[in-house]
Amino acid sequence: MWLNSYNSELFKLRKRPAVWVVFGVWLALMLVFTYVFPYLGYRAAPGSATGRALLTNVLPQQLAGQAITGYPVWGGALIVVLGALALGSEYGWGTMRTMLSNRPSRMTVYTTQMAALFTSLAALVVIAFLCSALASELISVSTKGAFAGVALGSVAKSIGAGWLILCMWCTFGSALGIALRGTALSVGLGLIWVLVVENVLRAVASIIAPIGTIEKGLPGVNAGSLVAGLGGATAKTSGDGVAAIVGGSQALAVLVLFLVVFGVSGGSLLIRRDVH
Amino acid sequence: MRMNHSCTIKFMSLNDTRVKSEDLVVRTEGLTKRYGSVAAVDDLNLCVRRGEVYGFLGPNGAGKTTTLRMLVGLVRPTRGRADVQGSPAGSPESLARIGVMVETPAFYPFLSGRDNLDVLARQAGVARKRIAEVLEIVGMAGRGGDRFAAYSLGMKQRLGVAAALLKNPELLILDEPTNGLDPIGMADMRTLIRSFGNDGKTVLLSSHQLGEVQQLCDRVGVIFKGSMKTEGTVAELRGSVSLVVRATPTNRAEACLVELLGRQKVTLREDEIHIEVEPHEGAAISRKLIGAGIDLYEMRRDERSLEDVFLSMSAAANDGEERVA
Repeated sequence: MWLNSYNSELFKLRKRPAVWVVFGVWLALMLVFTYVFPYLGYRAAPGSATGRALLTNVLPQQLAGQAITGYPVWGGALIVVLGALALGSEYGWGTMRTMLSNRPSRMTVYTTQMAALFTSLAALVVIAFLCSALASELISVSTKGAFAGVALGSVAKSIGAGWLILCMWCTFGSALGIALRGTALSVGLGLIWVLVVENVLRAVASIIAPIGTIEKGLPGVNAGSLVAGLGGATAKTSGDGVAAIVGGSQALAVLVLFLVVFGVSGGSLLIRRDVH
Repeated sequence: MRMNHSCTIKFMSLNDTRVKSEDLVVRTEGLTKRYGSVAAVDDLNLCVRRGEVYGFLGPNGAGKTTTLRMLVGLVRPTRGRADVQGSPAGSPESLARIGVMVETPAFYPFLSGRDNLDVLARQAGVARKRIAEVLEIVGMAGRGGDRFAAYSLGMKQRLGVAAALLKNPELLILDEPTNGLDPIGMADMRTLIRSFGNDGKTVLLSSHQLGEVQQLCDRVGVIFKGSMKTEGTVAELRGSVSLVVRATPTNRAEACLVELLGRQKVTLREDEIHIEVEPHEGAAISRKLIGAGIDLYEMRRDERSLEDVFLSMSAAANDGEERVA
């Protein structure tokens, strides 16, 4: 029964245009922000220290970290939208009612929906990584005249970390979609959290000490720290939220904790609440 | 856990009947759903027997849909319990054997009708070939490939019934199934429901269309303000049949009928005489009147429709409430 339901959820996601739009936009932004802009920046001033630093970041040696620098903030924001759409629209369209009165238990419906989303995110992370690798090698060939190798261990870590970050943000969006029983408010609040609240807290953390403590527990900050731990950025702060504010192990633990908390919260709401 | 009591069916007539618990596909015991201080459903005892088409009647806000939602596990009761197909309402075991359409059919607008059924078929582990079969049954075979968002209300309703039929269920729970259908669609839907009932399967039908319920249902339950007011066969709810006689001179006709049937069976209302007799006695009565030199120009059956019964119950319920207030 679980596999049937999982199969059904995958079929639904595969057929849903919004999923392809989010994934398409996500890949395009990832390539533009992570590879095209730095490369163009290097081309504008190839001899400068900034230009050289930009080039270093996009070469294959930095692939493991660079490929996932977009995940903590804007990548996360798009995936929050995906999670909120996936679960929130089930309430908006009334299809949650149809699914829950069909056959499987509520637990099965919820876990298979999340599993299907995580599966599609895994595919997205792998495809994004391949695109990043291709872009990086093309830059390497165009600037150094040769391909460069990438350590497989770092590839696996990068893909794993990227997947964890996206799953965490997706679960956050899904929990909002379930809690608010719709898409509009859950998408809006999710984006405000990822793009506004976390950034504001980061900005004031250096001024107000207690906020600094809170900052270390934020999901976006921990996602950024995890990426930074893989070499995603060298600066303490950056516009894409990649900064080593906490250690890699703590970041990993906090992200897993958030994934579980968001997952259990969303699941318990779906399972316990009446559906109208 | 199964309920271990025997469910007593309450009839309007005097002959109460006990039904074996295994013959009941739906039974509720003290089912109650409260929203704050408001009881949407209050201590409801409902029994639906295997193989019958059961009509669930009530005005808007009476608690019909809330009851149906509880029967399919969408809403949890505040108190009491419900068993459907021998399993707790809303459990996978129960849902596996029932087809449901509660309220407006809800499907994914970006998918075609066929793909929507495919989602449900995959989820429930139903063979794909069944999709084509149910689309054919509801007359949607030619439009199954169209996107659900482009469907008319009637087509959405048909797809909802197709989805309910997908698992080839033993019990169909349908909430206002003819909503939005054109007259031909309504007739088709009634035929479908009746044939389902004739196949030995069970239908629990909620409807505002009293004529439809009268036509389709073997038994009817009437709910007002969350409570079951009465339950019985359509004939039992409608009560006895009488004849209306119009004849001149009216006073002589009345006297003749009183002499023939007794005072208590004859009532004069304006120029109509209402007599409580079985319809087959009409021929003998008309011969008697004509033999007495009375001009008989109309004799017809006087039956209360289910609508009359429903309206009088509704009025009585409202009167009772006003008196309490």
